[in-house]
Amino acid sequence: MTDTVTDPATPALELSRVVKSFGAVVALRSGSLRLDKGSIHALIGENGAGKSTLVKIVAGLYRRDAGEFRLDGEPVDFHSTAQSKAAGIAVIYQEPTLFPDLSVTENIFMGRQPVGTLGRIDRKAMRDEAAQIFERLGVRIDPDRLTEGLSIADQQIIEIAKAISLDARVLIMDEPTAALSGVEVERLFAVARSLRDEGRALVFISHRFDEVFELCDTVTVMRDGSYIDTMPIADTSVDELVHLMVGRDVTEMFPKLPADIGEDVLVVDGLTQKGVFHDISFTVRSGEIVGLAGLVGAGRSEVVRAIFGVDPYQSGSVTVSGKALPKGNPKAAMARGIALVPEDRRKQGQVLEQTVSRNLTLAIRHRLAKMGLIWGGVENESAKVWASRLEVKTAALDAETGTLSGGNQQKVVLAKWLATNPRVLIVDEPTRGIDVGTKAEVHRLISQLAQEGLAILMISSELPEVLGMADRVLVMRAGRLTGEFDRSEATPEAVMFAATAEEVA
Amino acid sequence: MSTATALTEKPTRDYKAYQHPLWRRLLINREAAIIGLLILVVIVAMLTVPNFDSPLTMTFLIREIAPILLIALPMTLIIITEEIDLSVASILGLSSVVTGLGVQAGWSLPVAGLVAILVGVLAGVINGSLITFVGLPSLAVTIGTLALFRGIAVGLLGTTAISEFPEYWTDLARANLPGTPVPLIIVPFIVLAIVFAVLLHFTPFGRSLYTIGLNKEVAAFSGIDVRMTKFWLFVMSGTVSGFAGVYFTLLYNNARGDNAIGMELLIIASVLLGGVSIFGGRGALHGVIAGVFLIGTMSSALRLAGVTSDIINVITGTVLILSVVSASFLAWIRTNRIAAIGRKKGQAGSTGAPA
Amino acid sequence: MTTTAAAPRRSALGVAGDVLKARETGIVIALVAVVIAATAVNPTFIFSGDGFRDLLLTPSLLMVVALGQAVVIITRNVDLSVGSVVGLTAYMTGRLFIDIPGIHPALVFLAGIALGALLGLINGALVAFAKVPALVITLGTMYIYRGINVAWTGSDRINASDMPASFRGLGTQDVLGIPLLTLLAVIVLVFTAWYLRNLRSGRELYAIGSDPDAAHLYGLRVTRRVLAAFIVCGALAGLAGVLFAARYGTVSSNAGYGWELQAIGAAVIGGVAMSGGVGTVWGAAFGAYLLLTINRALPIIGIQDFWQRAVVGILIIGAIILDRVLALRQHRRLVAAREEVK
Repeated sequence: MTDTVTDPATPALELSRVVKSFGAVVALRSGSLRLDKGSIHALIGENGAGKSTLVKIVAGLYRRDAGEFRLDGEPVDFHSTAQSKAAGIAVIYQEPTLFPDLSVTENIFMGRQPVGTLGRIDRKAMRDEAAQIFERLGVRIDPDRLTEGLSIADQQIIEIAKAISLDARVLIMDEPTAALSGVEVERLFAVARSLRDEGRALVFISHRFDEVFELCDTVTVMRDGSYIDTMPIADTSVDELVHLMVGRDVTEMFPKLPADIGEDVLVVDGLTQKGVFHDISFTVRSGEIVGLAGLVGAGRSEVVRAIFGVDPYQSGSVTVSGKALPKGNPKAAMARGIALVPEDRRKQGQVLEQTVSRNLTLAIRHRLAKMGLIWGGVENESAKVWASRLEVKTAALDAETGTLSGGNQQKVVLAKWLATNPRVLIVDEPTRGIDVGTKAEVHRLISQLAQEGLAILMISSELPEVLGMADRVLVMRAGRLTGEFDRSEATPEAVMFAATAEEVA
Repeated sequence: MSTATALTEKPTRDYKAYQHPLWRRLLINREAAIIGLLILVVIVAMLTVPNFDSPLTMTFLIREIAPILLIALPMTLIIITEEIDLSVASILGLSSVVTGLGVQAGWSLPVAGLVAILVGVLAGVINGSLITFVGLPSLAVTIGTLALFRGIAVGLLGTTAISEFPEYWTDLARANLPGTPVPLIIVPFIVLAIVFAVLLHFTPFGRSLYTIGLNKEVAAFSGIDVRMTKFWLFVMSGTVSGFAGVYFTLLYNNARGDNAIGMELLIIASVLLGGVSIFGGRGALHGVIAGVFLIGTMSSALRLAGVTSDIINVITGTVLILSVVSASFLAWIRTNRIAAIGRKKGQAGSTGAPA
Repeated sequence: MTTTAAAPRRSALGVAGDVLKARETGIVIALVAVVIAATAVNPTFIFSGDGFRDLLLTPSLLMVVALGQAVVIITRNVDLSVGSVVGLTAYMTGRLFIDIPGIHPALVFLAGIALGALLGLINGALVAFAKVPALVITLGTMYIYRGINVAWTGSDRINASDMPASFRGLGTQDVLGIPLLTLLAVIVLVFTAWYLRNLRSGRELYAIGSDPDAAHLYGLRVTRRVLAAFIVCGALAGLAGVLFAARYGTVSSNAGYGWELQAIGAAVIGGVAMSGGVGTVWGAAFGAYLLLTINRALPIIGIQDFWQRAVVGILIIGAIILDRVLALRQHRRLVAAREEVK
């Protein structure tokens, strides 16, 4: 279609030393990015490195506090997403936001529908253009169907179609392959390459190095809210990138303490939920740390949510210390000593608008009640104990947890569950988006808990973390268990292969 | 098997329980503002409105707002969980009609009243079931049951009214505490207020309500049974509305299909005025009680000052809107302040070298 | 193994069109059924001097109000003040004729619509700018507008003789056997339906109701559109107020009382779900007719008319349960349509 009218040498997008804070929390210390036209540029960094804040500034959702922002050489300052869209920037988020009650075509053209006389929407022209875009992308989606019920993969394609119809010069894809199957990923890559060949600039944010190396030509690394380095993909390696991302020697970070491994505590047998996970069976013994590895979207969080009772399952069983656990009943799970530290600490783990004290004592509120009543500062007493045990940094116990740093928020959620004195501790991405120092603290804590005899199931998408902490590693892919490794046998290659191998026919 | 040992060895760090001194926590909040406003209005009314300071005023005032006081209690809990019950006045009306029909059928008043309260319970069960088991939004459901319950009430009695109730009971409804101008109804109210206040502010159940209102997902992840909790709240609301209906009937010695029509608006207005957020997760009973008294006092004072009821309605509506808009405004200021802090930090930090 | 979102057997309008058709057609079928049943019991229901005419005429006023309510509900809001707006504008209509003798009826129409639009603007501004839920705002304005209405009216009432015959004629004249007012209402319906379906701003209302966060993210001017929706709702209620005066001649301080509930009921029954983003004004219009026709038919089949309100309640609850069941089924079907090909 259209090629760039301006000088192809000018970067499509340039950010320099961009800063953004939210109250006391510094989300972006110094963000930089130089995006050339006709390029697919990878942006990598651990969670909490500042990537998504950078993206939101580009998208016009946030305004930067300081730093330079140039689009095609011209300085810009967006006050709204509409402005950034009008300037030719399109962002495809991990979770596409479409209008479920409207058709695919209307979703693509909302607000910009082609019009004829009297401002009347030309539905035929709209539909034809949508069909054309889909044909160019090589995908078959019915332009007339409602977007409700579409797979994430299709929703992303529609977002890309939106971007194309807007003639976006810059497309940012935030972890787009997280929920896609192998075939869908290939389709997405083909689309991305054709967009690049048209002279557009793409940013590809991902944790999957194999994809980064397959698709991208340049890579920028961020760490702890700051820009680290940029280099052509051809000139670097996974090891170098990991080193830059993590900033220190991998082995240092995981002080694994020896622990006596005892009896089976958690026994999961044949757990199945159609379309989500299939025939999941494993055990966790007391004193043991079992790592559950796999790519995002493999179904690990769904499995543990089903074990805990927040999500349903169709068949199979869960037993704790020999006694069967009724399904779909978190209260019963808690009573049997299961604790689940959820994946999304902001939306599932804590109430951001409530105080540290209330959050810490939420799970043990019944225990704190004397004759059914909670009074006399029992909550604060208990909160003090647990906050200090985990060394939570907060101005006071009645500060809202939303004002704490990510690391401290995670500690609050951990403390909340440790206070229930569990037998089984399930942690889902325990160190996602946390600064390095707190990460080490959390790892040490988990090791200590295993020493105390807790049975620990740890979901993590960070390979070094899994390999460093676990006594045994289970691997899931597309809803099934595809590998089980003892600590001694678990190598990055073996685990990655189990996590990404194509399904055997 | 405990998480104790490794962790308990650490000395307990000392944390400040509160960021602000006690006086600030007690006085700078919405509840204090409403209570302050109430005191102000009472003082102004006493000084400027003729006859306001007569003991009769208090008697009539409390008698009149008693149903609102009663129903505001469970309504507060419901709104805190981010739901709403628009059908309360219709349940009151239905209960009133049932009381009347029961007495007409020859039942003793306690029996008729009990049946009326049970009808309220049933209405609450219907609301609760549609909302929690069928999974319908409470706004839509209670708009429907508002019409349905009121419709049944009107249908049962038609255009007639029943105005013959046993004197003993109607006198009781109008009686005061011996030697004071305070109506007897204050006693059951105080009892219920204590029950609800304890329930909301001092029990695990109450804690769970705030969590549900702020973040349903966290509530589910913390072992709270969101569905059943909400179900029981609607049953409570129906029950109290039923009781208020019996009182209303006896007070006015009159059972009609359209008794208390529109009262749900006054109840909700009082609750919101009392500092409960319509978005859920925030609020306290002392503020709500002050809110009811505030609206009641304003109405009473204005009426004594000769202002007609339509103007009083205008004022009530305005007060409601002002109170929710002001809450919104304060929240807006807060987010702006946080953003401003961020901007200042950014400007200060940008002069430094990149990390 | 290509991934496709399959196209199930499609009508000319596609899956979306199919679903739409179902609800509105269902309402019309129900309406016809009620009319037939009532006429079977008592032929004067239709076949009397006034019977048929009244069937067409009376619901047309509610229909106009229901149209406005539907526009607001589609954006995931609600307007509880419409009844009060109708009362206020109806009274103002009478007053204008009395206080300004010889005033042209067209001016009165404009004044009524303008007043309604202004009252709607107040609602919309508070909802859109103060970000307070429409329920609470319109609860407050319902009180305020009605209070002003009653204060202004006092114990006065407008009588038919206060208004010129040309104006009152609007309420009694027919065109080709169809009441003039009904025709007016239908014209408004057609315009509103056209606007919602064919203009960008109309489609954006659906988007805003379907997912307000996505709408903001998308860059749609949510504030502006919501404001417009409330203005339209108010204007239509204002128009209904003027028509009320023309139809009934007598206007007292409780004109329009309770109409907000009936308008919401009509819309919900007609498929305009309170969650926003779905439904058409056609549905709301048919819903208004169904609601009021059922009310008229009740006495015919032996149910006294004071059960009317209960019937409204049952219909509303029935409609929202039906909506939920259909939504769940539709969701399953739409998800299956994509699983098919994997």
